[in-house]
Amino acid sequence: MSAVLPETGLGAEGEVGPRPSRVGFMRRLFRERPSALVGGALLLLFLLVALLSKWIEPYPIDAQVGPVFGPPSASHWFGLDDSGYDMTSLLIEGTKVSLIVGLAATLVSMVIGGGVGIAAGYFGGGVDTALMRVTDYFLVIPDIPLMIVLAALFGSSLFNIVLVIGIILWTGTARVIRAQVKSVRQRVYVDRAASLGAGHLRLIVRHILPQVAPLLIANTVLTVAVAIFDETALSFLGLGDPTKVTWGSIIEHAFDRSAISVGAWWTLVPAGLCVSVLTIACYLLGQAIEDALNPRLKVAHLSARGFRLRPLVGAGRRAL
Amino acid sequence: MRRSDYLIKRTGFALATIFVAITLNFFLFRVLPGSAVTNIAHVPHASLQLQEALKHQFGLDQPIWVQYLRYLQQLAHGNLGVSWADQQPVRTHLATDLANTVPMLTLGTVVAIVAGIATGVVAAWRRGRAADYGHTGVALLFYSFPTQWLGLMLLILLASYLPAGGMSDPFLIGAGFWQRVADTTRHMLLPSLTVALTLYGGYALIVRSSMLETLGEDYVLTARAKGLPAKAVVRRHALRNAMLPTVTLIALSLGSIVGGFILVEVVFSWPGIGRATYEAVVQRDYPMLQGTFLVLTVSVVVFNLLADLLYFRLDPRVSE
Repeated sequence: MSAVLPETGLGAEGEVGPRPSRVGFMRRLFRERPSALVGGALLLLFLLVALLSKWIEPYPIDAQVGPVFGPPSASHWFGLDDSGYDMTSLLIEGTKVSLIVGLAATLVSMVIGGGVGIAAGYFGGGVDTALMRVTDYFLVIPDIPLMIVLAALFGSSLFNIVLVIGIILWTGTARVIRAQVKSVRQRVYVDRAASLGAGHLRLIVRHILPQVAPLLIANTVLTVAVAIFDETALSFLGLGDPTKVTWGSIIEHAFDRSAISVGAWWTLVPAGLCVSVLTIACYLLGQAIEDALNPRLKVAHLSARGFRLRPLVGAGRRAL
Repeated sequence: MRRSDYLIKRTGFALATIFVAITLNFFLFRVLPGSAVTNIAHVPHASLQLQEALKHQFGLDQPIWVQYLRYLQQLAHGNLGVSWADQQPVRTHLATDLANTVPMLTLGTVVAIVAGIATGVVAAWRRGRAADYGHTGVALLFYSFPTQWLGLMLLILLASYLPAGGMSDPFLIGAGFWQRVADTTRHMLLPSLTVALTLYGGYALIVRSSMLETLGEDYVLTARAKGLPAKAVVRRHALRNAMLPTVTLIALSLGSIVGGFILVEVVFSWPGIGRATYEAVVQRDYPMLQGTFLVLTVSVVVFNLLADLLYFRLDPRVSE
């Protein structure tokens, strides 16, 4: 981005050395933090399953294809549920719908939270005070009960679920982004661009947003997991979309149809593990990005093997 | 002077938030589509006169702001309406439910905080070592499990040793006081354990990262340079300062604690306020749902205020 605009080429004042490019940041992230790689790979795997769901579901998801509560076997890897539906197919379908819910709700919350955060941080003053006051109120009101009330009142189509979760989750993003925008706004290059005649929109889109982007991405990744988590909670309370299969609805179904007293653990365990693995993947990737952005975490005066001082030059293995 | 200013500001904010929640509680249930309250007047096959009479009786023919003022007035008198499910006052229900929830939730939360702080500190101290990976891994695992799913797993694993649902043994007739207490405690173990395990993961991760940040501070280096033993550095210098962000984050997590215990109470049929919320949703018992939402919101706000005051006690700098 800096190559296009000469004036932003001087963007990283205060930092010594050339400004790291975005591609460089991602490459470094994956090289220096294996956890980011693991998280990214897992996420990619889930995405692939969701995209290919139409072709890899072994059985139809709305037809009895075997005995009721049939245990796992060679033809039905994850067994069958209370209606004799194939669990493998349901899980794959659940991956697709859960990811759609997670991503769409995150998009909603990013648009609201990112918008509020940028507006508050960029304009400051009265706008900031007003927006942050509203954010504070929403931050304190407990998520799940508000979500329950909204879902119970609005009705539970998939669209409404996405909307409700998105409306709830934006507050954290707004605060994080606001803080970051506020500090970026202070930098000299923004003033410089402004004095060259750049308008608010151009300043925000070309000069501030790129600086905030990594943090926004980290936040997005973390929010996806929370959104999926919240969907399972709503489903479990009977507020999910009854016509759609999600990981949450699979868990709810198993609980509701007394799979536990029958001993049919296979209707319950895999769906929960899917949520768990996805959450871990999102956490690893999101946290790795955040940690990479936080210089304070690079030093530990009280570190693993006895005490080690802050390296004088370089970082990682090349440190002196 | 400053001290009292701070206290007044925080208390004012808490009161304002409660007011926002009360207002939200009123308008959500009245103005939004479906208009839950006007449904009261929808008696099947009612004549127009009956409908009008009912509307008049419930004050639904008044302008909305008159209804709002009346609602505030009734609320100030502690009148939360009558449950549609059994015609009992909502207030009496809420009082019993709250009394059932508090001990179970307190036990779980306290265990989670203690375990979370202990493992978080150890993991940060041993950063990059086996102990760190072990503790962080386990914490991440419990953090990633959906609450209801973890509860069901514990149910499958431990139901043969501990009571699986309810709050007391219905066949325990003519037992003494202590026998009853012991019985209730036994029933409390599984739900409390679920609450503790889900919270513990998140807390451990929070404490670990805030400890890591603190260990990079210069005063830790100073303490180390003075030749203090590692334990003293951790306990006296790092941990104390790391507790500050931890208190805030735990306070902010109260919202999700509330979400979590609703699910736990549903899984274990614990007759508390979370289960009451669930039943209100299932039966579309709106007065009850309003009541539980209000109680949950107010308690979260109050605990947030307490955390603020505690923070103030821990770090007098915040008022400056």
